[in-house]
Amino acid sequence: MTVSMGRALNQALADALSEDPGVLVFGEDVGPLGGVFRVTDGLTARFGESRVFDTPLAESGIVGTAIGMAMNGLRPVVEMQFDAFAYPAFEQITSHLAKMRNRTRGRVSLPVVIRVPYGGGIGGVEHHCDSSEAYYTHTPGLTVVTPGTPDDAYRLLRDSIASPDPVIFLEPKRRYWAKGELSGAAVPMDRALVRRTGRDVTLIAYGPMVATALETAEAAVEEGWDVEVVDLRSLSPFDDETVCASVRKTGRAVVVHEAAGFGGYGAEVVARVTERCFHHLHAPVLRVTGFDIPYPPPKLEEHHLPNVDRILDAVARLQWDDEVVGGYRA
Amino acid sequence: MVHTRERSLLPTEEPLSLLRKDGSPVEDSPLTMPDDDVLLELHRRMVVGRRFDTQATALTKQGRLAVYPSSRGQEACEVGSVLAMRAEDWLFPTYRDSVALVTRGVDPAETLTLLQGGWHLGYDPYEHRVGPQCTPLATNTLHAVGFAHAARLKGEDTAALVLLGDGATSEGDTHEALNFAGVWRAPVVFLVQNNGYAISVPLSKQNAAPTLAHKGVGYGVPSVLVDGNDVAAVYAVVREALESGGPTLVEALTYRIEAHTNADDATRYRTSDEVAAWLDRDPVDRIEAYLTSRGLLDPARRSAVAAEAEEFAASVRDKMNVDRTYDPAALFEHVYATPTRHLREQAAALAEELA
Ligand SMILES: Cc1ncc(C[n+]2csc(CCOP(=O)(O)OP(=O)(O)O)c2C)c(N)n1
Ligand SMILES: [Mg+2]
Repeated sequence: MTVSMGRALNQALADALSEDPGVLVFGEDVGPLGGVFRVTDGLTARFGESRVFDTPLAESGIVGTAIGMAMNGLRPVVEMQFDAFAYPAFEQITSHLAKMRNRTRGRVSLPVVIRVPYGGGIGGVEHHCDSSEAYYTHTPGLTVVTPGTPDDAYRLLRDSIASPDPVIFLEPKRRYWAKGELSGAAVPMDRALVRRTGRDVTLIAYGPMVATALETAEAAVEEGWDVEVVDLRSLSPFDDETVCASVRKTGRAVVVHEAAGFGGYGAEVVARVTERCFHHLHAPVLRVTGFDIPYPPPKLEEHHLPNVDRILDAVARLQWDDEVVGGYRA
Repeated sequence: MVHTRERSLLPTEEPLSLLRKDGSPVEDSPLTMPDDDVLLELHRRMVVGRRFDTQATALTKQGRLAVYPSSRGQEACEVGSVLAMRAEDWLFPTYRDSVALVTRGVDPAETLTLLQGGWHLGYDPYEHRVGPQCTPLATNTLHAVGFAHAARLKGEDTAALVLLGDGATSEGDTHEALNFAGVWRAPVVFLVQNNGYAISVPLSKQNAAPTLAHKGVGYGVPSVLVDGNDVAAVYAVVREALESGGPTLVEALTYRIEAHTNADDATRYRTSDEVAAWLDRDPVDRIEAYLTSRGLLDPARRSAVAAEAEEFAASVRDKMNVDRTYDPAALFEHVYATPTRHLREQAAALAEELA
């Protein structure tokens, strides 16, 4: 079945609501309107106001009450309307949601899912396009996942709702309308997936950049590069095994994300790959990221976002000449 | 319990009370005086609670506690509100509320684990229906509202009692919680212990409303102003609020006799005259005077209660004076339901370092 990512998410919510009476869906405009991106479309009509409902407009309140509900045995799935509007909830997320299991020595579980539409590329005005993943991945106790395809959107959301741990579920909003097959195949939630195999270089991407990385891989064929694309899916925990197996094979890697590079998630990926694969590397691991600037206005965002050309440029800088001179190739 | 008052959104001009500061009863109080056996129990638990509090402060001097925020002077709130709870109700306390916890039946050593520094929390919240002690101000108000709303959805007759301070009413979460509670009609009681200060900052720099209780009206939450040193009144107000089936904001006027914590120097921001005036309004003396005048508290019972308090303090001392060992492996447990590979590696690295 071919569906959009938005539809796949809607289906995942509906299936979870059907299967587990403890699942609740709430947030701003998620009721009769179906959310500003329509991800919760039709759910109030189908499951009733007591399970799918609009809350007062207050993000800390949404997450804080979700914590109380989870303590009382329910499984809240809450929506933050946009990435930057999750910030009022930051204290509840970092000081309580992430720490509760640890501080209670496992006595209190908080199976809460926070859905966050994130990232740019939709012509959104200020405060609607942040890539906030590093704030969450830097917080122990949180699981952070992000789908790159409709199939993963369905699967990862179902797995997130079933998880006993709190999950930050980052939805790449520019891919809501991208279509794909729902395979029904199970993939462990904490594993990365090789989306395209190749011999020369590994592109490491996630969320909105998976499609861009795959496009780049196609374009690279003309340049004579055989590109492998790894979709991280789970940002925390990180799947060292899959990523390192790929990089050891290709000997070269580029990490791609929309978020600013400085202190960004890609720095962690580069560090981990370098620490584990040093002797297999023919070149430093490079990053293609957004600039270290506040997210730009719509008329300028194209200059900020990583694109095929910029990623190809990075691939070109992976010291291929040295290799020819040195005369070896992995 | 009979509802004696209309549940008004606005608090009364004068704080509600049942006992004057000299222990004489207020004849025309709209509140119902608790039964004699309840009053005796309130007194007993206040005396034991105060002795516990003194003991905990002493343990800081001996280095057995990292820090202790005393609630001396606030026993009517700590004990009155907790004894007003029904078995099925949940308490959401702060760092200040150790006396409330031991009154609820939490083991004193487990109550003090956080302040002793062995772990961030010592007790099982589900055992006594007590949420984790909460240090980030006002954040527990939202947990209480969510918990109570979930109980309603599950068809359970559980109310939540959340404790917070005057300073915490300035935090955004308090306002979000009152608003959510108002919209959802959630069975939650917000008990603001207005002890006059947020560390050094007096209420006058915190609030411009006539009272803190007035803040309920903006959220459609019935509000009550009560004399927080009158344990009979606190008990009556909180019990009525818990049974009301909806939200209530209660502001209890009280005073923190000790400094903010043992590490604070209160002489930098308040006068000894001010403290003396509040010592004169002592909540334990007040209930004792009333019970004595009624002939309910004879010298024998009084000394039995004192002896029980001493015994309790001695048991707390004994428990806290045990030299413990701490397992570093615990650091990596329960970060996630199943330890991640990263954490297993880090746990192994620390174990090796210590081997
Ligand atoms: C969000 C947050 N900000 C600051 C602090 C530091 N802090 C701890 S207690 C306190 C004063 C709180 O005053 P109040 O709410 O009146 O409670 P009290 O200590 O008087 O019981 C402050 C500022 C904190 N714990 N949480
Ligand atoms: Mg205070």
